[in-house]
Amino acid sequence: MFCEKAMELVRELHRAPEGQLPAFNEDGIRQVLEEMKALYEQNQSDVNDAKSGGRGDLIPTIKFRHCSLLRNRRCTVAYLYDRLLRIRALRWEYGSVLPSALRFHMSAEEMEWFNQYKKSLATYMRSLGGAEGLDITQDMKPPKSLYIEHFLPRWKCEQLIRQGVLEHVLS
Amino acid sequence: MSEAYFRVESGALGPEENFLSLDDILMSHEKLPVRTETPMPRLSTFFPEWGAGAGPDHALPQGSKLEFPLWLAKGLFDNKRRILSVELPKIYQEGWRTVFSADANVVNLHKMGPHFYGFGSQLLHFDSPENADISQSLLQTFIGRFRRIMDSSQNTYNEDISALVARLDEMERGLFQTGQKGLNNFQCWEKGQASQITPSNLVQNYKKRKFTDMED
Repeated sequence: MFCEKAMELVRELHRAPEGQLPAFNEDGIRQVLEEMKALYEQNQSDVNDAKSGGRGDLIPTIKFRHCSLLRNRRCTVAYLYDRLLRIRALRWEYGSVLPSALRFHMSAEEMEWFNQYKKSLATYMRSLGGAEGLDITQDMKPPKSLYIEHFLPRWKCEQLIRQGVLEHVLS
Repeated sequence: MSEAYFRVESGALGPEENFLSLDDILMSHEKLPVRTETPMPRLSTFFPEWGAGAGPDHALPQGSKLEFPLWLAKGLFDNKRRILSVELPKIYQEGWRTVFSADANVVNLHKMGPHFYGFGSQLLHFDSPENADISQSLLQTFIGRFRRIMDSSQNTYNEDISALVARLDEMERGLFQTGQKGLNNFQCWEKGQASQITPSNLVQNYKKRKFTDMED
């Protein structure tokens, strides 16, 4: 049966817990595209037989392969899209510099997408709140006060706490 | 859950699946019994039970009884049933519907599905004469089970939930999880931790993992 490799890609992503990004499965994508190429070529050939060779009985077979092509496409697009959703989340949770381990999990195109996203977000933030702009990736939870304990002002700490560098100790 | 990751949700309970939803793709991979209504040339190699002796053009014969995944059945089905006709899986037929109406809570819907409601809703596309009964059964089954799911998700804090979710289908597990999240957020607020900044869940989970794949 067709589309098994495509299902593997979807399952691999579905299994990854808590929005984590597994390594980009370049080999898997390549195999799905190869299957799509084979299906397409078989269908081209059968369409010719159907039209000029009077083989109208091939139409159900052509439909079968066409459904498989659509399915492969759906799985691939959903795989790529879901990965972008996870990569977008990285900007909000990690900040604009990703650990190298994560960068190795992304394809070159995904890295490019991340950089463009960062730029769009930065441009937007600069356009808010007057001359300095507004960092909307701060204050993700409504703060009770502007200070944390009395050691460091809140605005300096939030990013570092979210990245796991500092710990917020409540009295 | 990672706070900033918003996956595409399932649309299976509505009129149509969501194209980009991983859940819906998994759901539509499940199989149902079909019957071919016309021969399908050059395909029998994919169905080993029909194998090489299936006819001159490697045709899958008319009248073959097989199991197709939902996505394929949907794609080949039309209301004139020219290519295939579809049979209801047993759990949506009258026998099981009677069992559900007797006591919906005892059934292990995960074993029967695991996408019992989603798959059942999409089955309605095949214009079965039993569609009205199937939809009623799906609805009443859910109504029968919902109360227990809600209660257990709201009253189990920091405990092992595996026994509670074992017999729930995927949609019900999602509901249970949502309930647990609400409960945990409430507890956190009650303890005065709501304004405490915490390391993001995503970051914590990455730190716990060992990046052994980096060495490849």
